[in-house]
Amino acid sequence: MNGVEQVGKERRGVLSVLARADLAELADGIAAIAARPEMETLRAPEFGLVMARGRIGGAGAPFNLGEVTVTRAAVRLSSGEVGHGHVLGRERERARLVAALDALWQSPAHRREVEEKVVAPIQDRLAHADAERRAKAAATRVNFFTMVRGEDE
Amino acid sequence: MYVAVKGGEKAIANAHRLLAERRRGNPGVPALSVDQILEQLSLAVDRVMGEGSLYDRRLAALAIKQARGDLVEAIFLLRAYRTTLPRFGASLPVDTGAMLVERRISATFKDLPGGQLLGPTFDYTHRLLDPDLEGEGEAEPAEAGADPGEGPLARVTDLLGEAGLIEADPDGEAEPADLTREPLSFPAGRELRLQALARGDEGFLLALGYSTQRGYARSHPFAAEIRMGEVEIEIEVPGLDFAVPLGRLTVTECQMVNQFKGSASAPPQFTRGYGLVFGHAERKAMAMALCDRALRAAELGEEETAPAQDAEFVLSHADNVQATGFVEHLKLPHYVDFQAELDLLRRLRAEHEAREAGKEQREAAE
Repeated sequence: MNGVEQVGKERRGVLSVLARADLAELADGIAAIAARPEMETLRAPEFGLVMARGRIGGAGAPFNLGEVTVTRAAVRLSSGEVGHGHVLGRERERARLVAALDALWQSPAHRREVEEKVVAPIQDRLAHADAERRAKAAATRVNFFTMVRGEDE
Repeated sequence: MYVAVKGGEKAIANAHRLLAERRRGNPGVPALSVDQILEQLSLAVDRVMGEGSLYDRRLAALAIKQARGDLVEAIFLLRAYRTTLPRFGASLPVDTGAMLVERRISATFKDLPGGQLLGPTFDYTHRLLDPDLEGEGEAEPAEAGADPGEGPLARVTDLLGEAGLIEADPDGEAEPADLTREPLSFPAGRELRLQALARGDEGFLLALGYSTQRGYARSHPFAAEIRMGEVEIEIEVPGLDFAVPLGRLTVTECQMVNQFKGSASAPPQFTRGYGLVFGHAERKAMAMALCDRALRAAELGEEETAPAQDAEFVLSHADNVQATGFVEHLKLPHYVDFQAELDLLRRLRAEHEAREAGKEQREAAE
């Protein structure tokens, strides 16, 4: 994996966490970052649709499953970094904050702060929620026994 | 021919005010919030999202409230709303194999790697009404002490597939047909059929699936796997060299396997029907998988004898918004239309009576 791919992978990981954060987490998170550079709006938050696709049989050729609502936004820092925000649903402020945090994460001066003050706590909460969901599902794990039928004897 | 009418504005406005009053019901009872619908009528929300073909839980809940719980009306509202939004693009295909699984069962294998997880199910309940739900008591928290194990759960069909006993998924990365862009046309490819089935009416598909079990296109299905949980959805964005994650969707997937004795080109093996639906919608996913398999009759060289095997019949009638539109338009004033029919009937009646009278005169004369 080259450097560009590595950065893309890390940025994708950050966006995957931010996209699932709630509004308060994002707003509190960005407020905790000191000395934020000026930001300009490249794309004001807008609502739209993404056609969600599945695969035939689970792993085959793609098909169109149905649409999802998405809000997207883009910002640019005065230092030049462009941030993209995409979130499910219709929430302008969430999309704008994801874009702002994506831009800040790309700025070497702010990356560590974004990771430590914003991404890490949200990631912890999400991991907890996933673990709880999986543990509750695991508590319903069932073992059926096949009965011997009379006519088999 | 339909001839439009005008007038009636006052009556229509008053009818809509009356509707709003009835929607609200007894003002002494607290109003239902969208959040309450979202949280506590979640399977209705899921059905509206699936058949409305628009994944947005909050909008679906609002539609249910506005439609007074009439789910087909709510689906109609969602379909109308989607036409107001631009399309940003298509997602990468979701990977159901990487699902955060909340429920996963198989009727074919008792001992699956990863096990069978019943999850939040109505199965094995006694279907006795619970008077305790009349109150507003809190539910006991679910047991969460079990070890979930590591990693995602392999699809059951992949386990059978390794032994070559089950047909492989059809491969290819061609751009799938999209019935929201081009009207449905026939013959319809399997990907187009699946799109139509995924948004089709649950009741219609359930009845058709049931008909295949009762002998109309007999295919002896097994539910190899049903799984429900969250999958990540991502989209490619111009200028970015990685797929951008949007968040997670809850989906239900059903893999049916069916006996197949083989053909000139294929060995005897299990064939498959596939169902994938937004939200937790197990009955719908199963019905979809049965219909998908039945609609593959021609491809598999099976005799086409039953309605469920007729793609034009199934797909043209599966959409409940289209169906309700055409059936319910009969309520609209057809006065000119009907007047013409009435005039025609009066003329035919007059001719008929003249003929009868003539016959009687001739009989009397003879």
